Amino acid sequence: MTLALSASGAGKKSAHKSKLTSDRIRSAWLFLSPMLITLAVVAGWPLLRTIWLGFTDANLSDLSRTTFIGLENYYVTFDGEAYGLLVDPDWWNAVWNTIWFTVVSVGLETIFGMFIALVLNAEFRGRGFVRAAVLIPWAIPTVVSAQMWGWMLHDQFGVLNEILLTIGLISQPIAWTADPDTAMWAVIMVDVWKTTPFMALLILAGLQMLPGDIYEAARVDGVHPVRVFFKVTLPLIKPALMVAIIFRALDALRIFDLIYVLTSNSADTMSMSVYARQQLVDFQEVGYGSAAATLLFLIVAVMTTITLMAGNVKLSEGPQS
Amino acid sequence: MTLRQTLLATAVLSFASFGSAAAVELNISCGTVGKGQELCKEAVAEWEAKTGHTVNVISVPTSTTDQLALYQQILGSGSDDIDVFEVDVIWPGILGSHLLDLSPYTNGAEEDHFDAIIENNTYQGKLVAMPSYTDAGLLYYRKDLLEKYDLPEPTTWQELADTAKTIQDAEREAGNEKMWGFVYQAKAYEGLTCDALEWIDSFNGGSIVNAEGDITVNNPNAVEALDLAATWIGTIAPEGVLNYQEEDSRGVFQSGNAVFMRNWPYAWALSQSEDSPVKGKVGVMALPKGGEDGKQTGALGGWQLAVSKYTKNPEEAADLVMWLTRKDEQKRRAIEGSYNPTIVSLYDDPEILEAAPFIGQLQDTFSNAVARPSRATGANYNKVSNAFYNTVHEILSGKTDAEAGLADLERDLKRIKRRGW
Amino acid sequence: MTQTMKRRIQTGVLYALILCVVVLSIFPFYYAVLSSFRSGTELFSSSLVPDFSTIDNYIGIFTAQPFGTNILNSIIVATSVVVLSLFIAVTASYALARISFRGRGLLLMTILSVSMFPQVAILSGMFELIRALGVYNSLPGLIIPNTVLTLPFTVWVLTTFMRELPKELEEAALVDGASSWTIVRRVFLPLMWPALVTTGLLAFIAAWNEFLFALTFTLSNDVRTVPVAIALMSGASEFELPWGRIMAASVVVTVPIVVLVLVFQRKIVAGLTAGAVKG
Repeated sequence: MTLALSASGAGKKSAHKSKLTSDRIRSAWLFLSPMLITLAVVAGWPLLRTIWLGFTDANLSDLSRTTFIGLENYYVTFDGEAYGLLVDPDWWNAVWNTIWFTVVSVGLETIFGMFIALVLNAEFRGRGFVRAAVLIPWAIPTVVSAQMWGWMLHDQFGVLNEILLTIGLISQPIAWTADPDTAMWAVIMVDVWKTTPFMALLILAGLQMLPGDIYEAARVDGVHPVRVFFKVTLPLIKPALMVAIIFRALDALRIFDLIYVLTSNSADTMSMSVYARQQLVDFQEVGYGSAAATLLFLIVAVMTTITLMAGNVKLSEGPQS
Repeated sequence: MTLRQTLLATAVLSFASFGSAAAVELNISCGTVGKGQELCKEAVAEWEAKTGHTVNVISVPTSTTDQLALYQQILGSGSDDIDVFEVDVIWPGILGSHLLDLSPYTNGAEEDHFDAIIENNTYQGKLVAMPSYTDAGLLYYRKDLLEKYDLPEPTTWQELADTAKTIQDAEREAGNEKMWGFVYQAKAYEGLTCDALEWIDSFNGGSIVNAEGDITVNNPNAVEALDLAATWIGTIAPEGVLNYQEEDSRGVFQSGNAVFMRNWPYAWALSQSEDSPVKGKVGVMALPKGGEDGKQTGALGGWQLAVSKYTKNPEEAADLVMWLTRKDEQKRRAIEGSYNPTIVSLYDDPEILEAAPFIGQLQDTFSNAVARPSRATGANYNKVSNAFYNTVHEILSGKTDAEAGLADLERDLKRIKRRGW
Repeated sequence: MTQTMKRRIQTGVLYALILCVVVLSIFPFYYAVLSSFRSGTELFSSSLVPDFSTIDNYIGIFTAQPFGTNILNSIIVATSVVVLSLFIAVTASYALARISFRGRGLLLMTILSVSMFPQVAILSGMFELIRALGVYNSLPGLIIPNTVLTLPFTVWVLTTFMRELPKELEEAALVDGASSWTIVRRVFLPLMWPALVTTGLLAFIAAWNEFLFALTFTLSNDVRTVPVAIALMSGASEFELPWGRIMAASVVVTVPIVVLVLVFQRKIVAGLTAGAVKG
């Protein structure tokens, strides 16, 4: 008797719960719908169109005469010679340039961003001013800051050479953006300068949502701050940090305007986006360029997946209890 | 209502309806830069007053590559957002299929212009653009320094290099640490194609691809020209020249830190401006010859006006183009803005010669300028130019020598050509 | 004694570090300010001493073109983008972070994949879309594509933050029978301020700086945004760069961002509770 009652009670409760769950799921989709509709309407069409054009011979001079050519943009043999993206040395050069650039610049930005965030999280006088100052590099439009740096890095009247010469670090001016050995480093330097604030701000937001009592406890126990950072802070802000890294990496893998303004189409610094743009716009090869963009997309997707796995990010993880 | 009033009302009505039927609105992109845009706006205003139509002058990016990208975007989608375009001398082959044939509207006016430019503007038998002004690469030099060291104006590239070296070394000795012999444009971009084409052509090495579409760039004269040019980097030209565009070289020259500079005619007026340290010390001449049997040459530049095929008002747009490229207008532009006319007879015009002596003096350079192979290679021109300037850039930065580089280039160009240009 | 010494050294090191960061961040901006007060051949000088010899550049940018309108356009576009994307993202990220349903991981990846295409590749598709929607050469024609650019980022960041909040928060509200919308509004929003302000600020800057779409989707000067207006500034002749004016314009447009940060930084600080990391 008691048993049956409790069983029926449990059944009622779970029925109530499952109704609640299905209600919740329904409201989840309702909540998601504005975003899904926006993305489907505005992003869906251009993206699918790009993938489709990658399988055609579309040319900008006459887009109406577009025919399907299968995988020819990727690989085809003609007169015994192989053509297509997969055998194009320029493309692979661009791929390696981009990956190298991404790893180095995002790595540096993460380290510096973390450092600045920790500093900004401390209490000191004039913090508001410092916060604003740190954000300035990010706030200047890229088109402008790239030109500005191009000017400052100029070998003849650039201020950077002037300073380095004055303090005696170099004996004669360096052609930063022209010398193949320094061109990529110049690009990386400007990118790090420009986007570290982005990292710092996201990490800072993460830091500020941390519960304060953990630190209080650690302080009372006399744990060394460095240890606290690695054992407490880092694991706690990891989700926020991973998101910041992923979005920075996505931007870095698609880097375009900075390289384009600083070194234009030079092979030493050509990135995947610059390559795709050159094909799409300069060469009018809409089909081939779209194929490059699609391949870029695949490479980025693979690298993002690797990053997500390496960072042990669980996409379907629920709220922490 | 009196008869008079009725008549008046009818007249007003018919006038109004006439006006609304005829007055059209056009969008034009012309003259992206200060003086050029000002001149264009004035001329457009005159045309508006004359015809009663409305014209909006649209500003577009100053970088020509970005301009082309924007135009391709607009034309590629068949949009009528811009009716009249200002196009670079190398674009008729690229944009040609989207442009209107102007020959029905010219009444033979094209015959007054330089033949070479009209030919350049003809795409598949259609005249797709009317020339507005022309440009050519020139050599700027420091008159005062040549006089100081008692050296003549160089006639060959070798002489230029020797003179540059002598003056540069002497000036540095005298404490002018920043002095360089020669600055030009060697960044991997379209400007390097112009510069390198001038070197090769001055050695009689052809223009990369000839008029019949054959790839001619791999020849001993071209090798000689590029090998010579490669020796300049680091000796008479700063290494940074490998990333210079027009303004970078002008910056060095105008601050008084270079003996020679290769640049377009625009640099003249600026070097003579009030605050210029080299004001009154600058001379201009045609670029040197390759060797004794070489020739003086300069890369052909300049701008044309074209009408979009998708315009709703082809007649009015074409009329506007004809208005902006007519003789009086070119004369006004030559006098007020030193824009080199494309109408042959204007080179004898006394008023122009008085206002800009420069134009008459260099008439040969302008009429004999070497065209980039944009006509022969059509829509593939940008690929050819890109392959060319990248190869030259590699040769100049010492990554490869001219012989191997040009052989590679020939193979690349053949790949691009594949089934024909 | 040693304790105070230690503290003093720590403070000293902290301020030295702050100084380094500040100098590195604002030096190029300082250089831009310097250049904005120079004209003609002076611009080629690399001297670091301010001379303020001319304010023509500042006058020039407002008289030679509708730069005031451009700034206003940028403010309208960036603000709308922030409001739109935060609104869409808050609701979406609540669903993604707090409600478990099948396909959630896949959905997050799909959203992310929107950010994986190079902008230039989707440009022509976007161009056709903008024209089909009839918003070419108008401010909505910039707001729509920019929202799509910032949306994946805002959704991801907010989802992460919401996920970090303890479960108990909404459980109490759920037991009380509150609707999901009420939970978002009453429970989460007040806690999300630091994250909202941060992402909003980053989205604002991203929209403020966006160039390629703004250039392609506008034609007339009075609907253009600031970066395009700056990029289209021209010198007196074809190859001449109006460096002084570009720098003056950059200084002018950076100021609103700095003001914005100063205004909102209180909100960023609001999330700071008693026991934050101390020196």
